[in-house]
Amino acid sequence: MKFTWFNLMPWPYLPEDFRESSRSVWVDIPNTLFDPARANAVYHTYMDQLEYADELGFDGIGVNEHHQNGYGIMPSPNLIAAGLARRTSNAAICVIGNSIALYNPPIRVAEEFAMLDCISGGRLVAGFPVGTPMDTNFCYGQIPALTRDKYAEAHELIIRAWAAEEPFAFDGKYNQLRYVNCWPKPIQQPHPPIYIPGGGSIETWDFCLDHDYNYSYLSFAGYLNAKRLMDGYWDRVAARGLDESPYRAAFAQIICVADTDAEAERLYSEHVLYFFNRCLHVYPGFSDPPGYRTIDTIKAGAVDQFRAAMQKIFANLTWQQLVDDGHIIAGSPETVIDRMKELITSLRVGHVFGLFHCGNMADWKTRHSTKLFAERVMPHLRTMWPDWDGDNRWWIRPLAARVRPDETIVEARRDPELPRDVAAG
Amino acid sequence: MSRTITITTARGITSEVVVFGSAGASPVAAFHGFGGHLGGEPTLAALGETHEVFAPVWPGFGASGGEDVLEDMLDFALHGADVVVALGLDRPHLYGHSFGGMIAAEMAALSPRSYGALGLVAPMGLWLDDHPIPDIYSMLPFDFPRHLFHDPATASLLTGGVDFEDPAAVTEFLIRNNRRLGTAGKVLFPIPNRRLAKRLYRVTNPVAMVWGASDRLIPPVYAERWGQLLPQAVVTMVEEAGHMAPYEQPAAVAAALVSTYG
Repeated sequence: MKFTWFNLMPWPYLPEDFRESSRSVWVDIPNTLFDPARANAVYHTYMDQLEYADELGFDGIGVNEHHQNGYGIMPSPNLIAAGLARRTSNAAICVIGNSIALYNPPIRVAEEFAMLDCISGGRLVAGFPVGTPMDTNFCYGQIPALTRDKYAEAHELIIRAWAAEEPFAFDGKYNQLRYVNCWPKPIQQPHPPIYIPGGGSIETWDFCLDHDYNYSYLSFAGYLNAKRLMDGYWDRVAARGLDESPYRAAFAQIICVADTDAEAERLYSEHVLYFFNRCLHVYPGFSDPPGYRTIDTIKAGAVDQFRAAMQKIFANLTWQQLVDDGHIIAGSPETVIDRMKELITSLRVGHVFGLFHCGNMADWKTRHSTKLFAERVMPHLRTMWPDWDGDNRWWIRPLAARVRPDETIVEARRDPELPRDVAAG
Repeated sequence: MSRTITITTARGITSEVVVFGSAGASPVAAFHGFGGHLGGEPTLAALGETHEVFAPVWPGFGASGGEDVLEDMLDFALHGADVVVALGLDRPHLYGHSFGGMIAAEMAALSPRSYGALGLVAPMGLWLDDHPIPDIYSMLPFDFPRHLFHDPATASLLTGGVDFEDPAAVTEFLIRNNRRLGTAGKVLFPIPNRRLAKRLYRVTNPVAMVWGASDRLIPPVYAERWGQLLPQAVVTMVEEAGHMAPYEQPAAVAAALVSTYG
């Protein structure tokens, strides 16, 4: 099993009456609620937490992209990843990811991801989400019915750019470039592992399988609600005659660990409820613009998690319901081990993106939960998939001799041509 | 009374065309709004008393496909022109409501001599920063009636009598809505302005501009802007009508059009 410590980076100062006073946490959130001076400490706290997860031995540290969003103050995950690449040395830097249809031209993603891979010594996991309607259509103005087509073209351009050894012309529908010539290029060849985060569009399954990418189901509804969708994915894997390596798939889960179940409620309840009550308060009109979803997905009934009905459920949940319904996994290390085993086997996932910081959780509580998970939960889950031990097809391949933050000079930096005093300095 | 025929354009898109009036009368090519044909089409039926009205179902709005090849405003305008050619119409008048008005105006701007007069009812296509048009793509179903109708009680037209208690019927409705508004979104999203304003100088045809006085989607101030860009336009405000004026006041709308079509 591989565990990635993920931070959505919520804004922790939404007012108590946010649901009543604001229409939506996303797209048209009142931006007067954002306080840049407070953001200084917020960003550093969140980045410190990601670095702490690296120290504790998490396999990956994860960031993602949202725009005009109260639960994600990270419109550019690449900026955060660049900071992490400099101050960590072991964990994969999982950027899950860049909404490639939004970059003009998308070669920008090929370049920035290549930079991140080089700076991190080959530790980048590259995520290519289609993007939510909130981000893609309403914030960034992409036409719903053309979003997938534009995404597909951007994907083709990036993959070709990483692979090509000579400049080529790209005559696309959305991008025309006379000289595509990716510079720099990624360390990991032919490209870093690619993860496709999906919210429930069934087309994404075939796209992942066509290209041998990891399918990451990101849902805040928890693992029990994810079963039906993940079963659909694994049916598709079987129907196509592919092996059933659990490392093909990842799942995101909110996890809170304390010494006892009661202590978990006492420590974390307030923050988890902040997340479900305030951070997921999305105006339903933004969740499904006509044209965004394909007809097949509508027919399959893959209902978006922000639909009005789900909203109502989220808004009135209690801690006990959140735990019982599997929206969150919370409790003592023993409880969390049991529930995590259930999650891992029932969804058949080799990767878990753990959301340990939740809503407006204090830094010390986040670290407490994270440390307990790393020390008292993770070791019991490492060998859940013995038949697939060492299957690293969807994982990073870093340089063995890479620059590390705690070393002032390393082999990789020593240039034999330099005079000794310069090399030493 | 209407009849329905099927045509295939030179580009290979097959569409149904609803025809009103009697053969041989002066022809009108009529382009519907973003809701499609809602049933009855009373304004087109009224126009049929003096004209032969050909009302194509836009790709994505009916049973036949073809919407995937329409990607941008030029594709849309050319498809409208292709339909006129496929119908064998000689210099028909054009009619367009809302989304269809945007298409008809583009067709006329591209090829003014191919058409007679232009009848536009609350057309999309312009944007005034001081009067933003509400975002239909984030509008919840129960919000549509008050934006579209003078009398929101008429709103059952929009859903065509779908039984919302029946999950299969709801899925079917969602699919239809997704297809038609998804297709229209290629020229309406995120802002229904594809820079038509800079091409309207080419439209030298007579123009009837008809607006519901209580249009809360595209407020009547837009009629003024159209009047500035098309100084020949005869602007008619129709009382007790909203954006769906052709359904709310068909006689008044048809009369205003006929006075320009001749």
